[in-house]
Amino acid sequence: MNTPKLPAGVEPVAQSEVTETLVVNIGPSHPITHGTLRLQLELDGETILRAGAEIGYLHRGYEKQSETVFYNMVVPYAERMNYCSTIHNASAWCYAVEQLMGIEAPARAQAIRVITSEMARITDHCVCLGANMVDLGALTNFWYLNNVREKMLFLFQELSGARMMTNYPRIGGVVQDLPDGWIAKLRQSMEDMKGLVGDVKDLVSNNRIFIDRTQGVCPTTKERALNYGWTGPCLRSTGLSMDLRKDQPYWGYERYDFKVPVYQNGDTMDRLLIRFDEMEESRKIILQALDKLPDGPHLIDDHLVVLPEKDKVYNQMEALINHFKLVMHGVRPPKGEIYSFTESPNGELGFYIISDGSPRAWRVRVRPPCFANYSAFPQMLQGAMVADVAAALGSINIIAGELDR
Amino acid sequence: MDQSQITDRLKARFGERILSTYAMCGQEAVTILPADLVEVLTFLRDEPELRFNMLMDVGGVDYLGFGGDGEDEDEVRSHRFEIAYQMFSYDLRHRYRVKVAVKDDSVEVPSLWEIWRGANWMEREVFDMFGIRFTGHPNLRRILNHDDFVGHPLRKDYPITKRQKLSRPIDHLLTDKQEWA
Repeated sequence: MNTPKLPAGVEPVAQSEVTETLVVNIGPSHPITHGTLRLQLELDGETILRAGAEIGYLHRGYEKQSETVFYNMVVPYAERMNYCSTIHNASAWCYAVEQLMGIEAPARAQAIRVITSEMARITDHCVCLGANMVDLGALTNFWYLNNVREKMLFLFQELSGARMMTNYPRIGGVVQDLPDGWIAKLRQSMEDMKGLVGDVKDLVSNNRIFIDRTQGVCPTTKERALNYGWTGPCLRSTGLSMDLRKDQPYWGYERYDFKVPVYQNGDTMDRLLIRFDEMEESRKIILQALDKLPDGPHLIDDHLVVLPEKDKVYNQMEALINHFKLVMHGVRPPKGEIYSFTESPNGELGFYIISDGSPRAWRVRVRPPCFANYSAFPQMLQGAMVADVAAALGSINIIAGELDR
Repeated sequence: MDQSQITDRLKARFGERILSTYAMCGQEAVTILPADLVEVLTFLRDEPELRFNMLMDVGGVDYLGFGGDGEDEDEVRSHRFEIAYQMFSYDLRHRYRVKVAVKDDSVEVPSLWEIWRGANWMEREVFDMFGIRFTGHPNLRRILNHDDFVGHPLRKDYPITKRQKLSRPIDHLLTDKQEWA
């Protein structure tokens, strides 16, 4: 517990004179929660003695819903789990089903997935950092970072027609190829982003207020992080280096040259600053992926998985039958189960799918990164001050949609 | 280490107590009884060549009516529920899955909270969704559904269209000890 320094000659209040503690509720609807989270704090003055958390306010039954629809129909649901990095979640779902079926998306589709996923990572980190800095009283950074995010959303819109809920990935690839001129626009945004993100980092990293509010606040040790199952930037801020893109590469991540930033202190400041470095690495990956973008199809050639092209459907009997069969009977993976994992912006996003051979999954279990990260949060608050809640909560980037599913 | 080698190690160590093994797409798993759970997972954690020090995920499955077409006799299970524990070794970067066969909701499963604090909320979710109870869990309450919710929604006999009234929020979230929260 932090004991404030008293002026000379003033005696501290003896513990026996503390007559009662105050219980305060934060949320579920409160600006700092950026979602629907409820916290209950027991306070002695401004110091937190105990904390409790309640989640589930955004529970929509994603897992149950996924058991009742065809595999391809889960793609939009997967996007709505994490509304900050939608396209990554949808790609991760498609990748899981592909693994279950033993198929692989074409090289071009994989590269497009890498590009869009890294764009989603940049978007996600922009939201996390920008929103957290608003909580700390720094509004300018929010506009700067939102500018970067806006450019990404604009590109998503050109790609798919929707800014956030793209519904772009498909089992077996992506729904359509990159539009004309899109690559040049993305390169330009990457160039613009460099300055904006650099400016924000310069604005905060030497800022007295930012440092005072975040340095040493709610730190987490390596042991505790592993014990709670932390992954992603939060784990890497404690000095442990684990990134699934490096350890168990998927979508051809081994072809790109990038570093995994690691910070040592595990406090709120490190959890925030590491995201700036990750955005820079994502930028590098995107530029490399654009340089190396392979030619070829964006969907696999398998009529049991992918809908045929429209002009074939209208002109060829076979294609019409394939279209009809796939719409009516769905994609049918073999009996079996898979635990598929990808490095989402917040950590390991796992899909545990059990198939009984029918077009609907028997069971879909999602391992959201936020869930493990947030379960350590009440303990992190012990001994901190009330104002630290805002700083620490933003730094672990809880996406309530993914936390509650 | 290759997952098949891990299966072999477990078979050599636990013999008959491994009820069944599973392999597909390069992923392997063993099924055990709840009574052996702590022993198997601590073996996986403490063995120098395995070192599974992270519990990534705990997820329940309800197999009521699974494989109902009768085509495959192996699919007919004598137990209704399974709980899958996804293990990960930070040091060695390998994975494994251990599944526990739970006959019905009268069987209690030992809680892993003492070993991995992350199991606290994950087990609460399994309890909430499937009604499986965990022995030794310090704070076994519902987590995603509200406290007045009736039934366990991820069970196969819970209809997806069923609606329930929302309750008022509970007053007290604090636990006697902070690590129970």
